[in-house]
Amino acid sequence: MTTEKTNAIEMRHIVKKFGDFKANDDINLTLHQGEILALLGENGAGKSTLMRILSGLLEPTSGEIFVKGKKVEINSPTKAKELGIGMVHQHFMLMESFTVLENIILGHEPTNGVALDIKKAREQILKLSEKYGLAIDPDAQISNITVAQQQRVEILKVLYRGADILIFDEPTAVLTPQEITEFIQIIKNLAKEGKSIILITHKLSEIKAVADQVTIIRRGRDVGTFEVANVDDNRLAELMVGHHVNMKLNKKSVKLGREILKVENLKVKNTRGSFAVKKLSLNIHGGEILGLAGIDGNGQDELVEAITGLRHVNSGKVIINNQNMTNKKVRQITEAGVAHIPADRQKYGLILNLPLAENLVLQTYYKQPYSKHGIINHQAIYEHAEELIKKYDIRTTSAELPASDLSGGNQQKAIIARELDRNSDLIIAFQPTRGLDVGAIEYIHKQLLAERDAGKAVLLVSYELDEIMQLSDRIAVLHDGKISGEVKPEDTNDTELGLLMTGIKKEGAVND
Amino acid sequence: MNFITIMALIVSSTLVYSAPLILTSLGGVYSENSGIVNIGLEGIMTIGAFAAIVFNLTFAPSMGSLTPWVGALIGGIAGLIFSILHAVATINFHADHIISGTVLNIMAPPLGVFLIKALYDKGQTENITANFGYFSFPGLSGIPVIGPIFFKNTSAPAWIAIILAIFMWWLLYKTRFGLRLRSCGENPQAADTMGINVYKMRYIGVLTSGFMGGLGGAIFAEAIAGNFSISTIVGQGFMALAAVIFGKWNPIGAMLSSLFFGFAQSLSIIGNQLPVISNVPAVYMQIAPYVLTIIVLVLFLGKSVAPAADGVNYIKSK
Amino acid sequence: MIKVTPKVKNILVPTVSIIAGFLVGALIMLAWSYNPIEAYSSMFSSALGNMNGIGETIREATPLIFIAVGFAIASKAGFFNIGLPGQAQAGWLTSIWIVLAFPKLPGYILLPFAIISGAIAGAIVAGIAGYLRAQFGTNEVITTIMLNYIVLYVCQYLMQQVMPASLRIGTDTTKTISPNGSLKIGWLSTMFGDSRINGGIFLALIGLVLYWYFMKKTTAGFEIKAVGLNSFASRYAGMSSKKNIIISMLISGAFAGLGGVAQGLGTYQNYFTQTSSVDIGWDGLSVALLGGGTAWGILIAAILFSVLKIGGLGMQTIAGIPYEIVSIVIAAIIFFIAINYVIGKIFKTKTNKSKYHIPTRKEKGPNNGVDGPGKKVIEGSTN
Repeated sequence: MTTEKTNAIEMRHIVKKFGDFKANDDINLTLHQGEILALLGENGAGKSTLMRILSGLLEPTSGEIFVKGKKVEINSPTKAKELGIGMVHQHFMLMESFTVLENIILGHEPTNGVALDIKKAREQILKLSEKYGLAIDPDAQISNITVAQQQRVEILKVLYRGADILIFDEPTAVLTPQEITEFIQIIKNLAKEGKSIILITHKLSEIKAVADQVTIIRRGRDVGTFEVANVDDNRLAELMVGHHVNMKLNKKSVKLGREILKVENLKVKNTRGSFAVKKLSLNIHGGEILGLAGIDGNGQDELVEAITGLRHVNSGKVIINNQNMTNKKVRQITEAGVAHIPADRQKYGLILNLPLAENLVLQTYYKQPYSKHGIINHQAIYEHAEELIKKYDIRTTSAELPASDLSGGNQQKAIIARELDRNSDLIIAFQPTRGLDVGAIEYIHKQLLAERDAGKAVLLVSYELDEIMQLSDRIAVLHDGKISGEVKPEDTNDTELGLLMTGIKKEGAVND
Repeated sequence: MNFITIMALIVSSTLVYSAPLILTSLGGVYSENSGIVNIGLEGIMTIGAFAAIVFNLTFAPSMGSLTPWVGALIGGIAGLIFSILHAVATINFHADHIISGTVLNIMAPPLGVFLIKALYDKGQTENITANFGYFSFPGLSGIPVIGPIFFKNTSAPAWIAIILAIFMWWLLYKTRFGLRLRSCGENPQAADTMGINVYKMRYIGVLTSGFMGGLGGAIFAEAIAGNFSISTIVGQGFMALAAVIFGKWNPIGAMLSSLFFGFAQSLSIIGNQLPVISNVPAVYMQIAPYVLTIIVLVLFLGKSVAPAADGVNYIKSK
Repeated sequence: MIKVTPKVKNILVPTVSIIAGFLVGALIMLAWSYNPIEAYSSMFSSALGNMNGIGETIREATPLIFIAVGFAIASKAGFFNIGLPGQAQAGWLTSIWIVLAFPKLPGYILLPFAIISGAIAGAIVAGIAGYLRAQFGTNEVITTIMLNYIVLYVCQYLMQQVMPASLRIGTDTTKTISPNGSLKIGWLSTMFGDSRINGGIFLALIGLVLYWYFMKKTTAGFEIKAVGLNSFASRYAGMSSKKNIIISMLISGAFAGLGGVAQGLGTYQNYFTQTSSVDIGWDGLSVALLGGGTAWGILIAAILFSVLKIGGLGMQTIAGIPYEIVSIVIAAIIFFIAINYVIGKIFKTKTNKSKYHIPTRKEKGPNNGVDGPGKKVIEGSTN
């Protein structure tokens, strides 16, 4: 700890209003030169807004920003770049059809006269990649490289622009435990080379591992800044949420029922035509939650789509309630007792421009009482909606409003209400809490547990290990389209799961 | 008719009919690569044809053989000005690209005819006297076989269009400007974070399509139609649009598709001069380009891959 | 900004667009030293000032209602059916041909037979595009444009080469149809000053009501709407997008075909060679864009459009102003409707919470809306 530190960034009394809503309400933040500052807060607390202000994407309603001691106005991304501020976004800002090199140089292209100087760009990029240990292939197309590699491209983009203040927005959300370890090493390197870093996260372990200081934001207000060495996890969690949090869920023990889902030697191709699910088998009984862990892109989408009838099964079987449902139509599978909470709720789960009430009968509109002989009974649809709104606590002023008017959490509640209310035997929940705040996450977890307790079979597919560990009765790990291992949550840990997620099997694995 | 005369006839008429399509489709490629769908090419060509014919009729006496060339340029400028409507509507005002493009198509013919009536007091113009004739490349036309087929009595605008296609390919894929333009059609939000002015690049894309479409319309009018009326441009712009898609949004691809369409169109016109083909009922030759387009789209393109953010409005939040 | 309720706004925005369109027309007229007031007054008086004018206006609106409904159904399913001219032309030729070929059939058989055949012809043409889209994902904008040309030349060929010479007078025009196959109603024409108004208008109004009922009250309409708004979610919910694509294109083409039938059996009583895509196709498209896809919108837009078209003829005669100004005004109105986002800004709705415009076309990639500032506005009231 040095005595006199220079400030890379100082933000004072930042306020950002959207209409009447204050996304940021009087936030102060200081980043010291060469240090790592963690920015901690729940989803929706205002972290991203604050960082978008810093990177010139949004203008603050009021407040002051100082960069390296000088007061500045960051009114554009270009200005932020000039000040040496670079942001690595949570959702990567990459051109899928461009090469790594093109993505890195975009907006800052070296030329020889008029044409792009690809050779020079490649040299510069390779030099940077070596210096900071960020291995990449400059000529690969973005759509062909892994998420971790894409993240390195994002970091290189920022470094290529000569940034010395780097902002990382939830950088580890998409990485495996091993990749996270690597990533932590990378940002430590960056700090050692003199870069100042802001790390937006809600993972306490990462803060402990790398950050020097932590600033906590709750509901748009800043709760304080602390030396990481001097606070413990529980205190941080409390400050973040605002009340005491109980991180453990109460799980009753439930007697296993009959087998509800059985997948046998399933082979499924992805959109590009190569096999994404490779002879996969699994089964789920009533009264249990099977957690399917794994890194994004290892066949989760294809597996879920194959089970639910959205994707063609090339070989193998999907048996639901003892009926062979392989390659049956979506509607037949739904009617055979499958509920599906899709990963992308706005793309698959809801028709945003339709009223909430109609979204709540998306799979049942053709049945009585919602329609008869092809004629819709609107009254029945709205009565049903009112019932679900009450039962599942969906916050809306009217069932006539389009689903797009609901908040993210309430949209998810609407989907869950629709899916669970059909009383299906098998519930497939794919990333059910993605992007939701703590309150909504807790609610959804309780609902899924209640279904399990009621004897339903639940397939939980999630990229969040914490979620898998908390909810599952069994954990199957998916790697490269196959189950690389099956474990019990009480007998495993992050390291073992991480190894399985990268395809390294432990001795005597239960399943293949 | 011997082989060389037949080939020369086919090649030169193909080139004549392709030139407007190549130019217009190149414009379409630029617009769509910047992220703005432009189905208004038809309307833009109409305005280009109108402006070029009016200019040609007015200045032919004083400018002589230079008239069609300057007229083409005037047509391009008129098309560019007309396309501002589409740019403002889609880029600034977030209009649906297809509807806005349709407005250009609905607007252009009556606007042209209205102005013709206002200027000449009749529904269609006189025929121009200074048109694009045939051009023989000095030197090149002397090469045996190839010379008479490709370079003798051929269409100068077509050769310019082909060279322009190669240049515009280079510009789009090998330069800073091209990279930035494509980034706006691929992921405008990301482009914005990289400090690229998305609105500006999209304006450039649309205005390029305006200029090129105007140029294409002007050349069609001055090389093929010879006058301006409500039916001067009927379908040329839509063919150019098909060439953009057929050519997979690539300038060279669009040029080749345009040459193909030009060939198919010219066959239906010169067909009766050719052995074998002259026996085929006219209707087959007439519908051939359109049927072929559909067949090729179905067989080879399927779900064609437009730039990812083509047709997606980008709204900067502040 | 003027504060209004959303319902009022839904009426105000198109109204402002229409006024703005007329102003554009006025400016162009002024620029060429025509008198816009004289123009517009002569336009309205000739379209609505006498029974013949009114009859002609209604007659003009008849095919446009059909065709606009056709466009609207396809567009509800997410399709831009730009092939309306070809579909209408197919319906027109087919219906005329049937009536000419079976002149002896009694009217109560012949007329329905001809009308239905015309609808089927339109449906087949549109169905090709629908099938190719559903089966191969072929862009329907291109296929329907191409089909317009194919139909144009094929109709010319069929009429000139295939149709028996006994049904034609010369190469370019068919004989006039017999009264038992015509949509003309004597007393109606007489009532409206011997205009060409015909029974088609009643069919068009019935079509409009059916359209409204279909979209609003039937599960089939609900599915088409759902597929059009979000094909991913509707597939997830077990709806077949292929089936709905084809069904919506068949219905769309059938309505466009009926537009052609109204033109043939109603307006002209014959078929004649077309040199370019039939104008009612494009005009119907304009009406649909003006009307915004609702039944009321289409009706009002079709009437407005017809007043302009019929009145425009009078304007040309009385005030000596080129007829084309009418089409320019129409295009300008559609332009202003297309940029309704901006016109909408003039009026602030009282209840609208989110001020952030969400683009609806082709929303790209997964977006759970948690990052957008607009969503956070509502998020505040969640927990």
